[in-house]
Amino acid sequence: MDFARSTVLVCGGTGCTSSGSQKVIKEFETQLAAKGLEKEVKIVQTGCFGLCALGPVVIVYPEGAFYSMVQPEDVEEIVSEHLLKGRIVTRLLYDETVQEDSIKSLNETNFYKKQMRIALRNCGVIDPENIDEYIALDGYKALGKALTEMTPEQVIDVIKDSGLRGRGGGGFPTGIKWMLAAKSPNVIGKYVCCNADEGDPGAFMDRSVLEGDPHAVIEAMAIAAYAINAEQGYIYIRAEYPIAVKRLQIAIDQAREYGLLGKNIFGTDFSFDLDIRLGAGAFVCGEETALMTSIEGMRGEPRPRPPFPAVKGLWEKPTLLNNVETYANIPQIILNGAEWFQGIGTEKSKGTKVFALGGKINNTGLVEVPMGTTLREIVEEIGGGIPNGKKFKAAQTGGPSGGCIPASLLDVAIDYDSLIQIGSMMGSGGLIVMDEDNCMVDIAKFFLEFTVDESCGKCTPCRIGTKRMLEILEKITQGKGTLEDLDKLESLAYNIKESALCGLGQTAPNPVLSTLRYFRDEYEAHVVDKKCPAGVCKALVSYSIVADKCKGCSLCARQCPANAITGEIKSPFTIDQDKCIKCGACIEKCKFNAIIVQ
Amino acid sequence: MLNAQQTVAFNGTKEQEAKLMEVINRYKDTKGALIPVLHEAQGIYGYLPVEVQAIISKNLNVTMAEIYGVVTFYTQFTTEPKGKYHIGVCLGTACYVKGSGAILDKIREKLGMPEGSNSTPDGKFSIEATRCIGACGLAPVLTVNDEVYGKLTVDDVDKILAKYSE
Repeated sequence: MDFARSTVLVCGGTGCTSSGSQKVIKEFETQLAAKGLEKEVKIVQTGCFGLCALGPVVIVYPEGAFYSMVQPEDVEEIVSEHLLKGRIVTRLLYDETVQEDSIKSLNETNFYKKQMRIALRNCGVIDPENIDEYIALDGYKALGKALTEMTPEQVIDVIKDSGLRGRGGGGFPTGIKWMLAAKSPNVIGKYVCCNADEGDPGAFMDRSVLEGDPHAVIEAMAIAAYAINAEQGYIYIRAEYPIAVKRLQIAIDQAREYGLLGKNIFGTDFSFDLDIRLGAGAFVCGEETALMTSIEGMRGEPRPRPPFPAVKGLWEKPTLLNNVETYANIPQIILNGAEWFQGIGTEKSKGTKVFALGGKINNTGLVEVPMGTTLREIVEEIGGGIPNGKKFKAAQTGGPSGGCIPASLLDVAIDYDSLIQIGSMMGSGGLIVMDEDNCMVDIAKFFLEFTVDESCGKCTPCRIGTKRMLEILEKITQGKGTLEDLDKLESLAYNIKESALCGLGQTAPNPVLSTLRYFRDEYEAHVVDKKCPAGVCKALVSYSIVADKCKGCSLCARQCPANAITGEIKSPFTIDQDKCIKCGACIEKCKFNAIIVQ
Repeated sequence: MLNAQQTVAFNGTKEQEAKLMEVINRYKDTKGALIPVLHEAQGIYGYLPVEVQAIISKNLNVTMAEIYGVVTFYTQFTTEPKGKYHIGVCLGTACYVKGSGAILDKIREKLGMPEGSNSTPDGKFSIEATRCIGACGLAPVLTVNDEVYGKLTVDDVDKILAKYSE
């Protein structure tokens, strides 16, 4: 390998790719070639660094200069100034890392300071398409250790003792799941599956792990297969994640080539191979029994449990199914031991959790924190607070299965149990922040629309019950709701929770229940006062012009698509409420803040 | 009955059919082959009209009812061809709280798409409210074919559509 004096890491995760990192890489290649530096400077495309809001992100080593929002036009300057002359381009640095005469290490910035990276440890560090880089950082060492130094029982004991719980949302103890699958008699074949059908809107943890460190998941699945005595595995991944699918396939091919998948791995009797199965856009397939039905090539409808997958799963064979992030923890636990993992987190929730921070927050991106970190630390310190000086209203965790956490509970230490207690759930790790401009009834309606759309239709409570709930919510947002509707909504919600067939249906009412619990006043404002305090629900707002502020410039009137605004130049204009379609075009154009929504 | 739902006449070529047969033969002995075959078939034809389903049914030995059931269950499979420019507006939570709903409305209005239809009559544009595409850092986001547009406001819609309207 050629020795490179500098390395340029460019994020190739979906976030940065969407903001144009591929063009940045091309430009680096062109510019380096033009300056004759292509042998001295190495370009590496990595997985996600986490700070998606600042993408495309570029880090230049050995200096560790963290350049943010790099455009192709900026590349020439980085090459000629930094890489050729050794002068760091300060204007492009992430401003938190700028110090008077040096650059601050990334780990000292607010975004990274409180993070602890176990599942994401290689993301943004290695080239995910190169197995040698993974191996150089202890990759496949855990598999070697398991196969040559440990019995399957010992592997299961380590996982059990570590206290690792399922990261897909449910939080079931992983070691016990493995033990149950191992105990099932092996008639002809068992399966190990990976759930990468990350369907929660606004969650992208699993995708980032697969894009940034696919070998960690492959290695963990091989360890799991050894523990339960399986020979075949499947990774079920969303077809909406093309980059992750591509890197995963490259990683599987490389592992096969190195003999880390296939027959007689590490010269032992153990054989294991893996295949990818693509989802096709059905949220319910994230539910374990539905996922297996889908791998079998059918409509992804859930099956009643028991029998549990550990007894009768894929093609009626005993099957072990874990989530991507759960697997990503496994190699580290095998290498460092159960006690090390035990030492991180809270009493009943060990280790770390990856969250996808999104919504009304400055540092949108991917964060991994020890269990027990408070929501306030995540939102205010790591997330950098709410943009535009707005006030925090709620944080939504757990996607369509979770709930909204109000400001009064910002100091709750996050773990599986505390979140359930306050009416939300860990879920897979989506964490969406909302500010005062978001209407909580509208948010509840948004999630219900999602579940109604995604309900597979197999069981009545979910198929019809969620639809009825949505109708009530629509009534409320249109100003036609009554106080009785709120009670009806609540009792319907509890009925669905108790009677739905699968996890999707049983948790579908959570967004409504949690908003009813913490934001009942907003519901009541819609029902009693016929007002939407956040000004979101169109039927309940009206636009008007404040005469004192209006300069009579007529800009709004020219913008109005319904010709609802009239007046004479240089005197206050007025809005005809009968004609107004509440599109908001006027408010965006007004330079004097003279138009208000009530 | 199925034919009645199709708005565009099927005009698959011999080459496409040969490609599809190659795919079917490759998967013939694979367990649970139907979904991977449908994915590749949609890659070849752009959509899954009943004629394509019939070829798969005959050669993979799966009933039409089962294929139709699977095709209509999964949102990624479509029985209607996409427009020349396919617009996806992300309605994931992160985009939704930042106002992507209004952007979707604006595009539909600008393109004159009637309620219930997801494409323009000339077949030039089609639209889809997508699930989270994972570009939450750029919310709200839309895609036109493979091009991603992020950090949008309603005002950006005109500019973006103008690019594709020649």
